Parts: sequence; C-alpha cells; structure tokens
Amino acid sequence: MKGIIETQDLNLFYGEFQALKNINLAVRRKTITAFIGPSGCGKSTLLRSFNRMNDLIEGVRMTGRVLIDGNDIQNSHTDLVTLRKKVGMVFQRPNPFPLSIAENILFGPQIHRTAKKDEYEQIVEESLKSVLLWDTLKDKLDRNALNLSLEQQQRLCIARLLPVKPEVLLMDEPCSALDPVATERIEDLMRVLKENYTIVIVTHNMQQAARVSDDTGFMLLGELIEFHRTEMIFTNPVDQRTSDYITGRFG
Amino acid sequence: MSLKNFKEALIEKIIFLSGIASIILVILIFIFLAKEGLSLFKSVHLGDFLLGRRWHPISEPPQFGVLPLILGSLFVTLGAAVISVPMGIASAIYIAEVAPPRMKEILKSGIELLAAIPSVVLGFIGMTTLVPFVKHHLNLPTGLTAFSGSVMLAFMAMPTIVSIAEDALTAVPQKYKEAALALGATRWQAIHRVILRAASSGIVAAVMLGIGRVVGETMAVMMITGNAVRMPTSLFQPVRTLTATIAAEMGETVRGSAHYHALFAIGIVLFVITFVINLIADWAVHRKLK
Ligand SMILES: Nc1ncnc2c1ncn2[C@@H]1O[C@H](COP(=O)(O)OP(=O)(O)O)[C@@H](O)[C@H]1O
Ligand SMILES: [Mg+2]
Repeated sequence: MKGIIETQDLNLFYGEFQALKNINLAVRRKTITAFIGPSGCGKSTLLRSFNRMNDLIEGVRMTGRVLIDGNDIQNSHTDLVTLRKKVGMVFQRPNPFPLSIAENILFGPQIHRTAKKDEYEQIVEESLKSVLLWDTLKDKLDRNALNLSLEQQQRLCIARLLPVKPEVLLMDEPCSALDPVATERIEDLMRVLKENYTIVIVTHNMQQAARVSDDTGFMLLGELIEFHRTEMIFTNPVDQRTSDYITGRFG
Repeated sequence: MSLKNFKEALIEKIIFLSGIASIILVILIFIFLAKEGLSLFKSVHLGDFLLGRRWHPISEPPQFGVLPLILGSLFVTLGAAVISVPMGIASAIYIAEVAPPRMKEILKSGIELLAAIPSVVLGFIGMTTLVPFVKHHLNLPTGLTAFSGSVMLAFMAMPTIVSIAEDALTAVPQKYKEAALALGATRWQAIHRVILRAASSGIVAAVMLGIGRVVGETMAVMMITGNAVRMPTSLFQPVRTLTATIAAEMGETVRGSAHYHALFAIGIVLFVITFVINLIADWAVHRKLK
C-alpha cells in the first residue's frame, strides 16, 4: 500500500459542473501534504472527498475511488462515523461550538462514548497541551469558546479532534483568518502534530506550503497538474503551468 | 426653512409623538389598573385575597379569595405547557433541521394558518368536538374540564412556540453543524448537543411567549373549562381561570363596589404573572455564557 489516502481516477461533479478531473494521488503517512492552486480550482472539494463532507451538498456525483488505509470509502457500506473519527477536519473559519472550552474538547469522546467521566479532566488537559493552549486556558475551561481569539479558536478546533484519535487531519486554509504571527505558530503546531498524524492542508498561500509541507500538489481547474515532493515542486517543477504559478505569473 | 425640511421635521415630530403616545397610554392604563385594583385592599386583606380559598363575590358578606382562580389558571396553563412545549419544540426541530424543503413550506403555512384561527372559533370547535370526546372516553360526568382547556390552549400556544423556536434554530450558523458532523456526530447528535444548545435562549423565549399567550387567553377557556369556582384537585374537573372570572363577572358588577375593585385586583395579578413570564423570556434571550 502506497499511502494512507489514495485516489484512483477520482471525478466529482456539482450538477453539470465538473470540479475534480481524474485525480490520482497517494498521501504518505505522517507527513504534511499541501494542495495549492488558484481559488476555485477544487482544493476544498478534494479535501472534503477524503471524509465525505461533500455528501452534505445536494447534487454531488462522484466516480472513481477514494481509499483510506486501503478501504474504498465511496461504497455504501462505509460507516461515516468511523470514517470521520479517523479523518478529522479543521475548517477555514474557526468554528468552535458555542459551548465552553471543556465541552468543545469533550464533544468527541461524549458522542462516541470512548471515555469515562473520570477521564474527562485528563482528556481536556492532554488535548489542550497538544495544541499548546493548556497554560493559557487551564483556569478558563468553563468559558465560552467563542470569546477566545481567532488563533486560540483554531487551536481549540484542532484540539477538539485529538481525543477522537484520528489518523488524518484535514485542514482547509486553517490560517486564512489569522494574522502572520498566529499563522506561524499554527505552522509550528503542524510540525509537532506531524509526529503522530498525517496532515493534509489546503492553502492558497504558496509560502506556507513551501514552509510546512513534505509533498505538494498543484491544482488547476479541477485537475491535479503535479504532485511531488515539496522541494521539487518549488525548485524544479515538471509542468510549465506549475512553474508559472509558483513564480507568480498567474493566480 | 424649505418645504422639504419642513416635511422632514413634521414627520419626525409625528413619529416622536406616536412613540410617546404608546408609552403614555401604557402608563395611564397601569395607573388606572392600580388605582381601581388596589382600592380593594382598603376593605380586604392582601393575604385573604391571594390565599383565600373562597370566591363568593355576591354573597353576604362577600368573600374575595382568588386562590382557586389562580390554581385554575395554573392547572390549565401547566397542562397546556406539558402538551405544547415538547410538541412545539419537536415540530420546530423537524421543520428547521429535518424536513425536506417542500415539506417545510407546507408545515410553515400550516402553522401560520393555525395561528390565524380566532380563539373563539377554536373554543367553539373544542366545545363541540373535544368536550364530548373527553367526557365520553375518560368517562367523566362532564367534558368541561381543565384538561379540555389545556388541550385547546396547547393548540393556541403551538404556533407561537413553533415559529419562534424554528427561527431560533434556523439562525444557528451552519458551521456548527458541519463541525459536529465532521467529528463523526450523527444528525441527531448534532441537533441535540450543538444546535439545540446554541438556540436555547431563543427556545426558552418561544416557550415563555407561548405560555404568556395561554395565561392571557380568555374566550376559549371560558367556553371549555366549565367555570366552576372551587379549589381544583385534578385536571379532570371543571375549573375557573383568572381571565374567565373577569370576563364573566365584569358585566354584573356595580362600578365602585368591592366586587368591581376585586376584578381589577385580579387584573393586577394577571399583569404580574405575565410580566414575570416576559421577564424570564427577556432574561433568556440576553443570557450568555461567560
Ligand atoms: N456546493 C457547490 N455547488 C456548486 N459548485 C460548487 C460548490 N462548491 C464549490 N463549487 C465549485 O467548484 C469549484 C471548486 O471549488 P472549491 O473546491 O471550493 O475550490 P477551492 O477550494 O480551490 O477554492 C469552484 O468552481 C466552485 O465554484
Ligand atoms: Mg477552498
């Protein structure tokens, strides 16, 4: 098996409009993979096909296969709960629940009944420590999560995934609502998390992809133009369109 | 001053006066109510009024105990709440979160239609259908009971509860639901753990406004609950509510008599109850997690 996520001839249509065209790729375990490309090229759509969040959108049709750990998740027997526990997602705009900080973190363990009540405290502490929020928030666990800064909210959204014990973290432009300093700190966090998780990040910020990722895919108009090691994409791209994009000639 | 400016100023004045007029009107009504109602307590103790178990306004000497009436209102209201709150919230959830778009439109129009039925018509329908049904199937001496009133009033509270709760649910941003589903929550888990809680203040307000409507309702209650003045002990007896008492007796009192003042004092009691309910609704709407 080549990767924890693989796609084979993946096509996706929103009604008549084809948003993904024949995508073939393999994401390596415990690496950071970035997808870059101009806005509207299908990055978010691709990411959402890894945890079947596209199912929520009416009129979506797919062909081809998406394999997670070798299992075809497109087929109708796929248990969405199991899939989404394994493949967690961080959204572009931080979206903590309008509940307390602790309740946000405990949401996963509570719905999946994976922990007992006496383990809750420890789960909250460990999760917040993993995203380096524990020291600042340990006395404010019952505060409303919506009162945190955007960066803290985004960290909390990452922390919220961890007790569910995912293997993959999908991040759709996780820093686009953040300032440069916060962005840098989230990138540091991603490097730490890479030890234990496979991270797939979508970004329209090329520097970010260059800074954090191991592999990079360049997308254009629904096609995956090129998918290679990040240094290669940025120093020695194979496709002319890739090189045009990374040198800023369009997009 | 140009004509245009003059017009502007005039419109501004008119709007201002309308705003002030409504406030003045409220104050006047309140003063009138207080003056007429509080006069009762020159001759009757407040304790005897609120806790007295006998309402015999025209016997000699008259007795003005409103406890049976307060309990009558309470029974009917609680009964209506027990029926309409769970059903109303469940319908709101169905309309806001589950129903396919067409169904949603149909249900929403249905609810609006229900709200548009005048209460006297509902009372009339209740009298001719619900009352005999209750009498027959529960094997009671009469179908004119607190229970029948509760069922009828539940129908009146439903539209208020459903439409306000549905608005509150719909106003919860989609992103919370997405986040929950992406964490592996089922649709129901997303609804009850996140969406309902995010909308909780709106839902409490919906319930309170629904109950407020029930407490103040007069016509249908008078037609259906049997109007027997006695301490209620069960839902399946005739009761008399505060509102029905005022409506039924106002015509036969002598202006300025103790009875007349007593009815206004009942008005004050109703006012206080409704005021408290609105206060709770208001508190719920503005309550925020720290
Ligand atoms: N729900 C949708 N319905 C129809 N078209 C959509 C929908 N979501 C995205 N698209 C279209 O699919 C294309 C890819 O969108 P997206 O994956 O969001 O791009 P990116 O994340 O790269 O900006 C865009 O042209 C967009 O207009
Ligand atoms: Mg996008």
